[in-house]
Amino acid sequence: MRNTLKKYTKAILPAVVAISTAFGVTGTAQADWSPKKPIELIIMAGAGGGADQIARLLQGLIEKKDLSTRPFIPINKPGGSGAEALRYMQDKAGDDHTVLVTLNSFYTTPIIQEGIGVDVTKFTPIGRMALDNFLLWVNVDQAGITDVDSYVAAVKAAGKGWKVGGTGSGQEDSILTAMMENHFGYEVTYIPFPGGGTVAKNLVGNHIDSSVNNPAEQNEFYRAGNTKPLVQFTAERLPAYPDIPTAKELGHNLEYYMQRSINGPPGMSADAQAWYINLFGELFNSEEWQTFCVEDGLACEEYLSGDALGAYHVTEIEKHKNLIESVGAAAITGE
Amino acid sequence: MESILTLLSAGILEALEPLNFGMILLGCTIGLLVGAMPGLGSVNGVAILLPITFLVPPTAAIIFLAAIYYGAMYGGAISSITLGIPGASTAVATVFDGRPLAQAGKADKALTAAAIASFIGGTISIVLFTLFAPPLAAFALKFGPPEEFALMVLAFATFIGLGGDDIPKTIFSILIGLVLATVGLDIISGQPRLIFGDISGFLHGVNFLVLAIGIYGIGEMLWTLETTKGEVTVHKVKMSIKAMIDNFRDVKSYIGTTTLGSTIGYFVGTLPAAGATPASLMSYGLAKTFSKDPESFGKGNISGVAAPEAANNAASTGSMLPMITLGIPGSPTTAILLGGMIIWGLRPGPLLFTEHPDFVWGLIGSLYIANFVAVVINIAFIPIFVRVLTLPFTILAPTIYILCIVGGYAPTQTMHDVWLMFLFGVVGYLLRKLNYPVAPAVLAIVLGPLAERSLRQSLLASQGDMFTFVERPISGVCIFLALVLVSYPLIKNFRARRSAKAASQS
Repeated sequence: MRNTLKKYTKAILPAVVAISTAFGVTGTAQADWSPKKPIELIIMAGAGGGADQIARLLQGLIEKKDLSTRPFIPINKPGGSGAEALRYMQDKAGDDHTVLVTLNSFYTTPIIQEGIGVDVTKFTPIGRMALDNFLLWVNVDQAGITDVDSYVAAVKAAGKGWKVGGTGSGQEDSILTAMMENHFGYEVTYIPFPGGGTVAKNLVGNHIDSSVNNPAEQNEFYRAGNTKPLVQFTAERLPAYPDIPTAKELGHNLEYYMQRSINGPPGMSADAQAWYINLFGELFNSEEWQTFCVEDGLACEEYLSGDALGAYHVTEIEKHKNLIESVGAAAITGE
Repeated sequence: MESILTLLSAGILEALEPLNFGMILLGCTIGLLVGAMPGLGSVNGVAILLPITFLVPPTAAIIFLAAIYYGAMYGGAISSITLGIPGASTAVATVFDGRPLAQAGKADKALTAAAIASFIGGTISIVLFTLFAPPLAAFALKFGPPEEFALMVLAFATFIGLGGDDIPKTIFSILIGLVLATVGLDIISGQPRLIFGDISGFLHGVNFLVLAIGIYGIGEMLWTLETTKGEVTVHKVKMSIKAMIDNFRDVKSYIGTTTLGSTIGYFVGTLPAAGATPASLMSYGLAKTFSKDPESFGKGNISGVAAPEAANNAASTGSMLPMITLGIPGSPTTAILLGGMIIWGLRPGPLLFTEHPDFVWGLIGSLYIANFVAVVINIAFIPIFVRVLTLPFTILAPTIYILCIVGGYAPTQTMHDVWLMFLFGVVGYLLRKLNYPVAPAVLAIVLGPLAERSLRQSLLASQGDMFTFVERPISGVCIFLALVLVSYPLIKNFRARRSAKAASQS
């Protein structure tokens, strides 16, 4: 068997290499650096969630547009609200072949879990692909809940029996949940799942009572008539949800976004950073990406890259520190 | 129904078009080899092939990816049987009986059984998929955390008889597996557990393949070294047309367990939480529990090869369902498939069936064809695969070591896991010397994290009320079945003893 295997790998590998190089060399390698081996695209969340969908779309677009001579390989490391992925990146310091697709747990997880020993301000900022939005979702079976007021009333009546699904203590949805608890003066039970897709599925199956999913995670279920959004936590109504009010319109000062950006490990070489900034910039401006943003309710107006993204990270970390202080870390971790 | 048949036959006809059929042939062959190579089956292998899909139209590309996925399920058994190293996590249960059969010079028999069982599993599940996809998708939604936990309890119950008669040693083995399963970041609070100070390699937990490859690959080699005392041994392999026909006749002896395994496999596969690995282990456990000759399991029973192989193929078809209807991929390879769909503008969700029926049924149609192609290619290759066993041990052993190292390194790409694998190899060898069953530990490390997560989610949701597991109908039934399964061997044992007593008295 070994011999046949060898024969096959011998036959296939050059073909694959030939195909990828033939298209790859015409790519965007303007910088002095180009990848020498496959690039790990680390996702700090589970398969099927928003970050995962984005990573897989980017991987496919990179291949389709032949932007890299080496493939990008998406790897999910969802453990501990992204702590597993962050620690992995930290340990990869100086590596030019690993990049991370972030969520806001990029900020919150190191604040809440001090033990993991990660300083994300030392990471190498590459590019911000989008700002993602949040909506409040319930199952359509909850016929009595039609707006925020009836939602708050139902939650207060249920008390701790009200189950909110999310992707883990310290993840952005747990922050938003804590912000809502603080604002409306109720308490819920927060149940963590391994990814936004699984949260959505559990809401459709009525195993949880509500969720604050991103549009991409719930859109298909919404179109199928399984779930309904009650309110959006944005400054203005999203084009994809013209009939759903924002919290601000209703007089509730609840606004929250999530950045979806690409970052390298600490100490990535400047040439590699420039190469990635250029590559993801090209993806950002592609028609496919912009279409995806509109369809999935993401805001993709401005491509923040390099130092500008680094500065943005610093202000966001401050903002999250204050947020976590005001609602209390205990409210988020549920301890 | 009529419209389904029309769509399906259109899908099958589409899959038979020259380009698409060519992609199926190529995909199945690549998949077979990818599945057979420990470590290559990981995301790496498939991601490298993704560029090929952009050279052909989207339908052909999806068919190609599906064919790789399908071929890999067949291929996993090959290294499990011939080398004793599971090529993929789904093929671990195949090692239990496949390896002993190969050592007894019956590798061709085991490989044929694996191929035929895979074919039966594939066929049954595709037919079930065709007939019952929408209602099963609705049923899968009913599975919340309590149901998932009850299913895990049921899975553990199917393994109760696996360790043989020595119950304390079996329990010990299960506990070792469960402890290893808790290593890493806590799934609820995110705090690190059992990382031995601050060894970062433990943060991602103990990878199940690392344990399985260590115990079965390295441990087995150490054992062989000891028993042969370094003597150069060559397995005799006889292959003839007559022997092949005899191998096909064997189907009679495992058709029952295969059918049961396929049904369980398909069903478990459709649940987003589970997947093909638990399905194959459950199917193996059940095959042993209901066998007339449970003692021969683990020593080279042909049903022990057929049952898990039927289940993992059936589950791989089943797991297409949550991928298509819920967008939750069950494995790295389905995740690639999902990526392909998103690139071509197909959003998985409950509406995909109605809005893109041509795509869904085209995919299912290609599975029918891929199943045929994979079994034919597989059986045609068997005479070549068994040649591996004729290699002298001095060549085979280093090769197996290298494949073990590659397989241990590939999933996480850290040397930490390679050292851990060697450690498990030595421990596995010692456990074997002391007559501890290791299969329960392997089962526990697969199911442990799933069981822990669903248990804690359920208890959070129920405010700590344990009765949530029996109050909900589906989980209640699963728990009841688990109790029946646990008591079944006990009752059988008790009866056997009583009749023996009666016999001795008369």
